[in-house]
Amino acid sequence: MLTNEIIKQRLTDKFGEQVRHFEEPYGMLTFETDRDNNLKVMTFLKEDEELGFTYLNDLTAVHYPDNTGQELAVVYMLQNIRTSTRVRLKVFTDITQPDVFTASGLFATSNWLEREAYDFYGVNFVGHPNLIRIMNVDEMDYFPQRKEYPVEEQTRIDKDDAMFGR
Amino acid sequence: MSQKQNIQLPEGSLGKQTTTLNLGPTHPATHGVFQNILEMDGERIIDAVPTVGFIHRAFEKLAEHKPYYQITPLTDRLNYCSSPINNMGWHMTVEKLIHAELPKRVEYLRVIIMELARIADHLVCNSVIGVDTGAFTGFIYVFEFREKIYEVFEEVCGSRLTTNIGRIGGFERNFSDLAFQKLQHFMDTFPKAMREFETLFNRNRIFMERTMGVGGIAAERALNYGFTGPNLRATGIDYDIRTAHPYSGYQDFDFAVPVGTTGDVYDRYLVRNAEIWESMSIIKQALEKIKDLDPTVFHADLPNFYLPDKADVYTKMEALIYHFKIVMGETEIPAGELYHAVEGGNGELGFYLISDGGRTPYRLHFRRPCFIYYQAYPEIIRGSMLSDAVVTMSSLNLIAGEIDG
Repeated sequence: MLTNEIIKQRLTDKFGEQVRHFEEPYGMLTFETDRDNNLKVMTFLKEDEELGFTYLNDLTAVHYPDNTGQELAVVYMLQNIRTSTRVRLKVFTDITQPDVFTASGLFATSNWLEREAYDFYGVNFVGHPNLIRIMNVDEMDYFPQRKEYPVEEQTRIDKDDAMFGR
Repeated sequence: MSQKQNIQLPEGSLGKQTTTLNLGPTHPATHGVFQNILEMDGERIIDAVPTVGFIHRAFEKLAEHKPYYQITPLTDRLNYCSSPINNMGWHMTVEKLIHAELPKRVEYLRVIIMELARIADHLVCNSVIGVDTGAFTGFIYVFEFREKIYEVFEEVCGSRLTTNIGRIGGFERNFSDLAFQKLQHFMDTFPKAMREFETLFNRNRIFMERTMGVGGIAAERALNYGFTGPNLRATGIDYDIRTAHPYSGYQDFDFAVPVGTTGDVYDRYLVRNAEIWESMSIIKQALEKIKDLDPTVFHADLPNFYLPDKADVYTKMEALIYHFKIVMGETEIPAGELYHAVEGGNGELGFYLISDGGRTPYRLHFRRPCFIYYQAYPEIIRGSMLSDAVVTMSSLNLIAGEIDG
């Protein structure tokens, strides 16, 4: 049985201090690594026989504007398809130069998911074969899901969000 | 010269030996807003470049500005062929966030609704494969029963396609007797039509020749591409969220996970048909199970999240307070981050939710199965005929709303 403790042990044995902040929110093992190490960690998770996280379940980005120097998080979720164990890997990067290595060589899944994360958050996936916008128009010159862009058009004066807005 | 470069050659270029064909975005054969720029050598497809995003509605951004109970209608519009599964998936995500325990009867009623939605979803997909191979008859046979499923939804929640069914904590009202009657009527009449449908297609020579060996994908590639749902199971991998990560009481049910072998259009068709029968069996079991349970229970006791009865709001102080708290977003919501997935019509529909304790999610990401496996489409259709590409597209059950999110 592949438990979170075993996964954590295997990872710390292999990477030591480079993997950190182990947590288990709602049962899913979550940890962080440096952005230079994301491929090393994922390759290990995928190719280690005991771990066998051969399936990339999900990839997305999150924007934390107050987290100076580490504004953007790229969140990977991997799954061992045999034991149905999931882990979540996070990589933080600064927003001025958000370079993260692409996982599209490891998982074909991540091709479009990375394009989506680039489209909405501007994460620059280094080495991606075709890093262009996927949902928005090519001419768009900003990354709309970053927190500084409000959902409503700002020129409207007929709607007051002071009461109901976030 | 690589195939991609070939596509980018200007029209009339001397080096160009192949034809560029634009399929979509509003082509009648694609059943949705899909554009594929195909590079054709005669009738063979050399390469395809799919374009998505034509109906992108920024649900993830909108969700960051809506309180939890207002996000359900957004999920309706992802896979609109099986909206109730999306709705339930979202309710369960929030219930997981607030650590809510649901009564067994609510869970089983949800299972009934979700399995009905699965049947409706698979019926659309399979009958449309028939339409695309030139057999309209099957489509007419089974669409009557999709209508009957929608009548059950209508009786339970008032709407049909984009259902917005249920609430956080249960259902908005109890199932009426008429709902159970309509459900029973469906259960009694549908098997005959389904058998007829299967007799029409399963061993039909034309159908088999059009679908067998077409649009196949190997199990290993399918996993690498993040396939889930019937499309993955058709390749022979028995990964089903209902058994791998049981939710809503699925562990109490006895059902099989049908798998295929080759992962081609015909296998996908067979897997979906088999799943329809499994869903029927699950609904039967659920109807048996709820007989022993208190028939008045249709929601959990969650006063901070479940809107009180409207009549009580006008007459009882407590109900008024809770109503106000819920609507104005004064309810305490725990901070946390979680992922919850349900087995949607097309596969693993996941909700990655980050809550910072505010009245709206800090971040909500929908793992949309269609979006993830659609990127394998060029690889699947490479080398096949144009007509096979159309059949492959319908057998993957691509739903534009789910791709674009």
